[in-house]
Amino acid sequence: MVGPENGARMTERIVIVGAGQSGCQAVATLRAEGYGGAITMVGDEPFAPYQRPPLSKAYLMGTMERDRLFLKPDAFYADARCEMITGVAATKIERATKTVHLADGRSLPYDKLLLATGSRVRKIKVPGADLPGVFYLRGIEDVDKLRAAFVPDKKLAIVGGGYIGLEVAAVAAKRGMDVTVFEAMNRLMARAVSPQVSDFYHKVHTDAGVKIHLDLTVEAFEGEGRLQSIRAAGKTFAADIALVGIGIVPNDELARAAGLGCEDGIVVDEKSNATGDASIFAAGDCTRHIGREGTALRLECVQNAIDQAKHAALCMVGKPNTYREVPWFWSDQYDLKLQIAGLARPSDHIVVRGNPEARKFAVFHLRDGAVAAVEAVNAAPEYLVGRKLIADGAKIAPERLADTSIPMKSIA
Amino acid sequence: MPKVKYIEHNGKEHEVDVPAGWSVMEGAVKNLVPGIDADCGGACACATCHVFVDQAWLDKLPKKEDMEVTMLDFAPEVEANSRLSCQIKVTPELDGLVVRMPKSQH
Repeated sequence: MVGPENGARMTERIVIVGAGQSGCQAVATLRAEGYGGAITMVGDEPFAPYQRPPLSKAYLMGTMERDRLFLKPDAFYADARCEMITGVAATKIERATKTVHLADGRSLPYDKLLLATGSRVRKIKVPGADLPGVFYLRGIEDVDKLRAAFVPDKKLAIVGGGYIGLEVAAVAAKRGMDVTVFEAMNRLMARAVSPQVSDFYHKVHTDAGVKIHLDLTVEAFEGEGRLQSIRAAGKTFAADIALVGIGIVPNDELARAAGLGCEDGIVVDEKSNATGDASIFAAGDCTRHIGREGTALRLECVQNAIDQAKHAALCMVGKPNTYREVPWFWSDQYDLKLQIAGLARPSDHIVVRGNPEARKFAVFHLRDGAVAAVEAVNAAPEYLVGRKLIADGAKIAPERLADTSIPMKSIA
Repeated sequence: MPKVKYIEHNGKEHEVDVPAGWSVMEGAVKNLVPGIDADCGGACACATCHVFVDQAWLDKLPKKEDMEVTMLDFAPEVEANSRLSCQIKVTPELDGLVVRMPKSQH
């Protein structure tokens, strides 16, 4: 006779650790592929999966309410027969018994496990970093706190001139705040974009009244009881609040503790998205994978969260395939949409198409004559065609790419 | 609340209430209407929320901005009544709007 407990073990169960973009996509793909077993999703935030990109843009601005952030309605999880456990962290993976242990004492048996644990903010380690008034931005609750401190004329110090810092700077400048960006490198968004695009955004922010300090490392946050100033290069800069955006750290500790290969991210196989344990898969920000160019890399973006989850879900239902997607990214600052496809290298040959002064241009990166990456500012055709050229490994003459009299549609 | 009718490529109809201020894309995604992917979540960055707007409603919609025009230019199976549903904001005036989904978003 089959009791409920035995019955539960007779049905295959997939456990997804992490209730974010990847976890949500995995549920959708598993069911779309006809997976008929049980699915349980565990997340440590007290929310169903939601979109993070609007957090530093429309949600911070207040033009998008919280309800609209959620990726799917509750009915989606009910229809997908996905058991949701939110607000509870997974604490341990026991591979020998195929069990995930949770912080509330529960344990979940699995047949296959998907780690979609995402990433967290990198904390700044300088004196005064825990003073009230020093903020980070990663989740809904972070923005709720930050938004309350967003008051016109207040001095906002942004530590880190990357996507997050600059998107927040744009919102704050629009709000009439007095914004200063402190960047340790010699240009903005240095990890993500080419010098041409850095220079363009530097001018855009400066024109909007944002003060930018490059090559300046923040040494301390200072104040009596709350933030009052920032010390950098021996100088003191007054600040009412600070937003620290200096990158993220992959959440790979669970996997590491379980003895799975980790190297600044959970190492996954390009063919199956499996970790060293054939029952354990991983997707999204928490992973390190072999990219389409054959080198190991870690991506921090929606595209990779969605595509790796689809890929891992297919592998879980017995449809292995090789992960070869072209990464893409976007950033909204002021009225500008930056869209990027592919991964540039400093050694690439650069071709600029259009005129940055016109606030509409693209930077193509050629490697051995083939289009390897494109950065497009308010230039959707360049981005969309560029993405396809990258996927196809197309070789285009630099003078053709630079010639705006040739429409992108007929460039190849 | 304004109602929007979504018609899948196979003809299946979904009539749902969409709060004013939301986009037509959100109305579909939040009501489990299949056929709209919206990978980027409504940032006009991916062109995976393409719909065909019923002719009767075409003139009542706000005009396309440049970014939508160019993104659409590269979507598959585009027609004169194609729009990106993330860029159509639902208003009381659009109560009864009818949109059809393409065969595929990719």
